[in-house]
Amino acid sequence: MSDDAPILDASGLHLRFGAVPALDGVALRVWPGEVVAILGESGSGKTSLLRVLSGALAPDAGGVLYRDASGAVLPVLGMGEAALRRLVRTEWGFVHQNPRDGLRLGVSAGGNVGERLMAVGARHYGGIRAAAAEWLRRVEIDPARMDDLPRDFSGGMQQRLQIARTLVTEPRLVFMDEPTGGLDVSVQARLLDLIRALVADLGLAVLLVTHDIAVARLLAHRLVVMRRGRVVEHGLTDRVLDDPQHEYTQLLVSSVLAA
Amino acid sequence: MSGAWALRAEGLAKTFTLHLQGGARLPVLSGVDLSVAPGECVALAGPSGAGKSTLMRCLYGNYGAEGGRILVRHRGEAVDFTAADARLVREVRRETLGHVSQFLRVIPRVPSLDIVAEPLVARGMARDAAREEARALLLRLNMPPALHALPPATFSGGEQQRVNLARGFAPGYPVLLLDEPTASLDAANRDVAVALIREAKAAGAAVVGIFHDADVRDRVADRLFTIEPRQEASRSAA
Repeated sequence: MSDDAPILDASGLHLRFGAVPALDGVALRVWPGEVVAILGESGSGKTSLLRVLSGALAPDAGGVLYRDASGAVLPVLGMGEAALRRLVRTEWGFVHQNPRDGLRLGVSAGGNVGERLMAVGARHYGGIRAAAAEWLRRVEIDPARMDDLPRDFSGGMQQRLQIARTLVTEPRLVFMDEPTGGLDVSVQARLLDLIRALVADLGLAVLLVTHDIAVARLLAHRLVVMRRGRVVEHGLTDRVLDDPQHEYTQLLVSSVLAA
Repeated sequence: MSGAWALRAEGLAKTFTLHLQGGARLPVLSGVDLSVAPGECVALAGPSGAGKSTLMRCLYGNYGAEGGRILVRHRGEAVDFTAADARLVREVRRETLGHVSQFLRVIPRVPSLDIVAEPLVARGMARDAAREEARALLLRLNMPPALHALPPATFSGGEQQRVNLARGFAPGYPVLLLDEPTASLDAANRDVAVALIREAKAAGAAVVGIFHDADVRDRVADRLFTIEPRQEASRSAA
């Protein structure tokens, strides 16, 4: 039963930057079809955690296991550069806060999407172009802009293009780092709905880092609240937010400004 | 009663600890024992502040419990909701336990029809069939077709509540929690809501509700479950 095995399983993670503990005994599991948000303020260790989980940063101690499409369980830390690059190209996706980190601004919008498909072996030009057009439509970009450069797009459009580029290969696990940070509120709402619908339709596992409680509430099934490198509280999203147990979570929830 | 039950609370206790108020403790529920049978509707009673809504939220797993157990009959097995992990709670909510709250938590930009169809799709129904069922239920609740395609953000309270009701009743959950389901409805729609509750009971659903409208309560409830306000009047201590 593949649904009963986590797709990502991290335990005993420790990491220090000098005297500062960035990760202090963190354990985390993600199952297929589940959106897990890592919630915390700046400096809580949430971005370090995402980097460690995705193999971009080696911890001082602890391990991360990834269960691939064939059911094999692979150690993310220590599988080697080539194997990690293969995962990043095929089974994983990344949505960065700044779309410029996830896009090639000098390549057309259609090229940005098609390129990911070619990296996993697609060769038929017409098919790639049709798939790219379809994905532009899904993220609400007019396919007529397919040959335009993303540097001419607004921030919200760039972010939607990054999502299309990431999801076109139908990855199994997507890492998102503040995907709506830096966007206008109206653009944010539209993007959140888009992500929510796509994640549900594709049944993706998503690991999302955010400091924004509203984003976590809308997208995440489960929450992990971090402070100073530790997980202070975790559980079902609505329970953690509506009945927070830890002092820090109570402070976070009560500090939200009501519109 | 040792008969069949669909939902049980045993010695349920709930106290809120307010860390930001110097760790003040607010005891709301203690020793709550409640058992609801399939096809039965229990109305929660008690003065304002006695903890009716808190009990509902505990039963849905929205609030944790400090003591006791909540058992839900899920796929024929008793699931201890107070100890279940988040994934199991999600599964129970998807298949077994429905909840109609007083307020629709509005998801921006999603059409009403899809809000109602969503729990059906989550249970495996094809999207077109789910939309068809959603449409029929919205029409029954006197929602004109023109509104089905619109997100409920701009709707009146009564219209939002009808979307909320349709979403809660569409899947036919075996256990239903209703928190003021008729609060902002006119008489005609109140009658539809009463009919939906009666049909759910006839289909074997166990229902727990808070009904401030005495007429609605009399028409659907089989018995009252009274929550006594806590003796220590410590709620005003702070």
